[in-house]
Amino acid sequence: MNNAKVTLENMNVHFDSNHAVKSVSLDFMENTVTSIIGPSGCGKSTLLRSINRMHDLVPSAKVTGRILFDGMDLYDRSVDPVAIRRKIGMVFQKANPFPAMNIYDNVVAGYKLNNRMRRNESDEIVETSLKRVALWDEVKDRLKTSAMDLSGGQQQRLCIARTIAVQPEVILMDEPCSALDPIATLKIEELVEELKERFTIIIVTHNMQQAARVSDSTAFMYMGEMIENGPTKKIFTTPEHKQTEDYITGRFG
Amino acid sequence: MQQNELTATEESQFTNSCAKRRGADGDRIFRWLTFLFAAAVLLILGLMIFEMTKESLPSITKFGGRFISGSNWDAVQEDFASLPFLYGSIVSSILAILLATPLSVATALFITEVAPNRIGTVAASLIELLAAIPSVIYGLWGILVMAPWLQRTIQPWLADHFGFLPFFSGAPYGVSMMAGVLILAIMIIPIITAISREVLLAVPQSQREAAVALGATKWEMIRIAVLPYGRSGILGGVILGLGRAIGETMAVTMVIGNTPQISLSLLSPAYTMPSVIANEFAEATNALHSSALMEIGLILLVVTLIINVFARLLIWKVTKGHKGGVA
Repeated sequence: MNNAKVTLENMNVHFDSNHAVKSVSLDFMENTVTSIIGPSGCGKSTLLRSINRMHDLVPSAKVTGRILFDGMDLYDRSVDPVAIRRKIGMVFQKANPFPAMNIYDNVVAGYKLNNRMRRNESDEIVETSLKRVALWDEVKDRLKTSAMDLSGGQQQRLCIARTIAVQPEVILMDEPCSALDPIATLKIEELVEELKERFTIIIVTHNMQQAARVSDSTAFMYMGEMIENGPTKKIFTTPEHKQTEDYITGRFG
Repeated sequence: MQQNELTATEESQFTNSCAKRRGADGDRIFRWLTFLFAAAVLLILGLMIFEMTKESLPSITKFGGRFISGSNWDAVQEDFASLPFLYGSIVSSILAILLATPLSVATALFITEVAPNRIGTVAASLIELLAAIPSVIYGLWGILVMAPWLQRTIQPWLADHFGFLPFFSGAPYGVSMMAGVLILAIMIIPIITAISREVLLAVPQSQREAAVALGATKWEMIRIAVLPYGRSGILGGVILGLGRAIGETMAVTMVIGNTPQISLSLLSPAYTMPSVIANEFAEATNALHSSALMEIGLILLVVTLIINVFARLLIWKVTKGHKGGVA
């Protein structure tokens, strides 16, 4: 069994009076894919965003409890959230490449923040990152053109390339395929499968088939609470809770 | 089977619904009315150019190209040329833009990205209030407070320490190119700030999140995500500010010294195109004098048009190949 890369201990998120995530405890194992499923508004995205401290941008958000990353408390006063986000990358629901940058500059945008680099080094980063997201062959002849000329699926893969170029240890994915067509979705799913060799992946998804296809473990959330979690196979075949069963069989949500 | 055929009632309903509705003429009237108003604007512009050209003809035929290249302005000898005014207008506006742009963008960034929401809103409305102050009041403050202060403090200091540079040579008069530039900068800061703020507010949160999630600090986020996204919009604000600066009359007239000369020194008085028109039109008794003023007005109009066309091209060039931005 792998080690837990990220551990939530009795974690709560409040937005003013709204209690969005309620006392969740959960382990995310190293080099595995964990999916978080649940109906809209169940707090799964909120939970995901607390792991790289994105809630720091929202003044009304308050995270309590502990989130451990390699045993270190992410919300400890001595922890620099900027440094954390370089270790824990994030891919968003809607592809958000930087429109003013070309493909090349998009890939190295994050990497350049941390490293002063030479030309050939950045060429190498661009090539390996794009190859790893299977985009290299499609764009290698037009690296200097705008990232906005790519299709939605290509843009999302570009955003993943941009994230892995920073060389994080964990990648958070917030419904990365919800704006994509089935073929683009399939490509991202294949990618997730490959990426787990190097990264720990936590993916929030609406799509239960997707969770079943890509993840090793699955956690089901409902109304801010973690109802059930375990190996994906078990959750989808023999769930312990009635609510989980109702959700995965499509009886609500 | 009769399935595909319409029954009599259905058919009559169908024709009824396709008949011309009462009030359908409204669309046509509306179209013509709006066209008329739009055409009127162009017509007025055309008439204005025509009339100004006609009125300037005596001056144009008398002085020809010398009117633009020469620098003499003598109402008694009836010898007129506009270069000092052109120089004064362009230099004062450009320097004012160079001074006002960084301040305005920084202010807008403070309001949108740094300050807590409440303080940002208050600051934004205060700055927009500045834009509502009549320019003569800026001018009054400029001539009673700023110019004397410049004459006592900044200008002597500059002349003492940097007098060897042509930009700071000569006696400190107070009223000067420097005073004109400062008053213009102060007057255009509100408009550039207000537009930059709108543009920055329109930058999608997803762009900020993209940068932050890559491990960007606040400043890095502004640098890689916020400013590039808004650059064409901010540029548009700067151009609007430039247009305002070049046409600004009252406040500049009060502080720039109104001396038709071309001097590199910021301490010397200067003159602008709108200022000379405002100052001399009432007393231009002979035909050539008023015709010369009219020609200056024409040049001002052309310069403004050129700036606007140039601005369009610039914005178009910046936005090219960048579809997400705010234009």
